[in-house]
Amino acid sequence: MIHSQAGVVDSSRHAPEPGRRPLPSVKMTVDHATKAYKTASGAVHALDDLSLEIGDGEFVCIVGPSGCGKSTLLWAMSGLHDLTRGSVSLDNVPVTGPRSEIGMIFQDANLLPWRNLWQNIHFPFEIKRINPKPYAGRVRELIAEVGLTGFETKMPRELSGGMQQRASIVRCLSYDPAVILMDEPFGALDAFTRDEMNLLIQKIWMETGKTIIFVTHNVSEAIFLADRVVVLTPRPGRLAHIFPINLPRPRTIEMTFTPEFIARVIEIKTTIETGRFAGAEPPAPAVAPG
Amino acid sequence: MASELRETIPTFGQKQAADERAGQVDLANWSALSNASFAKSWAEAAVIALVAVIIVGGAELAVILFDIKPYIFPRPSAIATALVTNFPTLFWPHVQVTLYELFVGFGIGAAVGLMLAAVITQFPFVEKVITPYILLLVTTPMIALVPLLILNLGFTSTPRIIAVALASGPMVMINSATGFRRTDLAKIALARSYGASTFQIFMKVRFPLALPMIIVGLMVGAIFGLLTAVGAEMVGGKDGLGNQLMFWSSMVRMENFYAIIALLAIIGVSIYIAFYWIGKKWASWQA
Ligand SMILES: Nc1ncnc2c1ncn2[C@@H]1O[C@H](COP(=O)(O)OP(=O)(O)O)[C@@H](O)[C@H]1O
Ligand SMILES: [Mg+2]
Repeated sequence: MIHSQAGVVDSSRHAPEPGRRPLPSVKMTVDHATKAYKTASGAVHALDDLSLEIGDGEFVCIVGPSGCGKSTLLWAMSGLHDLTRGSVSLDNVPVTGPRSEIGMIFQDANLLPWRNLWQNIHFPFEIKRINPKPYAGRVRELIAEVGLTGFETKMPRELSGGMQQRASIVRCLSYDPAVILMDEPFGALDAFTRDEMNLLIQKIWMETGKTIIFVTHNVSEAIFLADRVVVLTPRPGRLAHIFPINLPRPRTIEMTFTPEFIARVIEIKTTIETGRFAGAEPPAPAVAPG
Repeated sequence: MASELRETIPTFGQKQAADERAGQVDLANWSALSNASFAKSWAEAAVIALVAVIIVGGAELAVILFDIKPYIFPRPSAIATALVTNFPTLFWPHVQVTLYELFVGFGIGAAVGLMLAAVITQFPFVEKVITPYILLLVTTPMIALVPLLILNLGFTSTPRIIAVALASGPMVMINSATGFRRTDLAKIALARSYGASTFQIFMKVRFPLALPMIIVGLMVGAIFGLLTAVGAEMVGGKDGLGNQLMFWSSMVRMENFYAIIALLAIIGVSIYIAFYWIGKKWASWQA
């Protein structure tokens, strides 16, 4: 059991009705975000006028075709880079650089290969110059929670991909950020390990009530985890549609085989392919506009 | 430079694999020097010792059988005797002189080379301009400068120390620069996400990432330094192991001459072993 300042979240909060503001308070706001990269061959327009609100304690998944600007959005939210236009704010304070309330988890575990697991977990403390002593108990609990007890002195290359990513989750949670941004964290893992990691993330989220923004290109994974799935259009990334996911929690792998779940997958995949949500309306007449 | 990093999201997956393959280049350098296949078991060590015994014993026999003159090649046993009996009195002071020149020259050269590498790799333009000159320094035998230095500074240890520093410094620099160029954008982004300063990024990401190559540079630089120290002593002066090589060969005391060569071999191998262990301790994560 992981204790955090947010405490245990009552699960009813995570089952908002569609069409209503799902959560009581807004944690993060993305306001008219536009990003153009300057390159030698001209500007690359990666993100276009995207606005998004993320509730406190909400689990939001962002999906979209590869190269549509998901990482660009997440990096802007983490303060790792600036936007060309628009802004990001956390608790109504503009994010202009890395903030200690925000933790980032990268695609490959991004452990430092010259440090053992324990030293990797303490990397944020060293950078932030925080005494890790008061956090020692918490860190041990986290290590136990993700099943890495006994591996503390192992070097990253001695661990499997899944174990490395678990260590990076501990590293991120260790200093207790309120918001966690995850950029395709399980993209490189095999399907079984990925299921395992998704269950773990759901568990941690339900226990800690953190706000999680999770980028993935795997639609099932997004539906499995999210309160809301945000679909972006191909580059430049705009908001295509937001799908509320009302499946009960805790969700199980079996649920991903139900017709209801699969219907959502199809719905979202279609939206990704077409770049817009056709909804329940009848399909547009197949006549080219004159 | 900093703004460039700020703009670049590292791509993972395939691209990462390419980076790792690029990393193999220096990894290969490192392993060539540090993972030279050594005896892994007692049996292998025994075979190696046996080969040594055969070579030395064979030389001893050959010298006796073919009646080779001591001024061409003395009996190995005579060399060993000379080494043991003359070491404390005749050789040790010169060992100290050579080691002193090596330590001071290498210390200065390595420190300057390392600092230059750390600084210039932060400025790609400066690096492009400076690199050809460093290469020139690496490839020019620094012993060539010794007569000139002696002319200006006399037969002291200073010209030798300068030559050693000039021989080892660029070597350290060029290898360290290769290390510092290995920027792993994902690791730097990780540090930045915790609010790391440029200095912290250097100390906790760039430097450890460069360390295997730095150790290779130090190892090669130290060996270059030893060569240069001995060469410089041969050019002029009245002490040091290089000087003693000239002295004993002019006296046709070949057992002493070869004993000094054995001492130089011991110093060289010790340098290698020292950096081998440093590499094992600080750079083994890369192997
Ligand atoms: N530093 C950069 N310079 C130029 N173009 C970039 C840079 N980073 C990303 N891009 C481009 O911006 C687009 C969006 O990238 P990204 O946010 O990484 O996409 P995603 O994470 O959705 O796959 C891509 O077309 C990518 O090529
Ligand atoms: Mg991405």
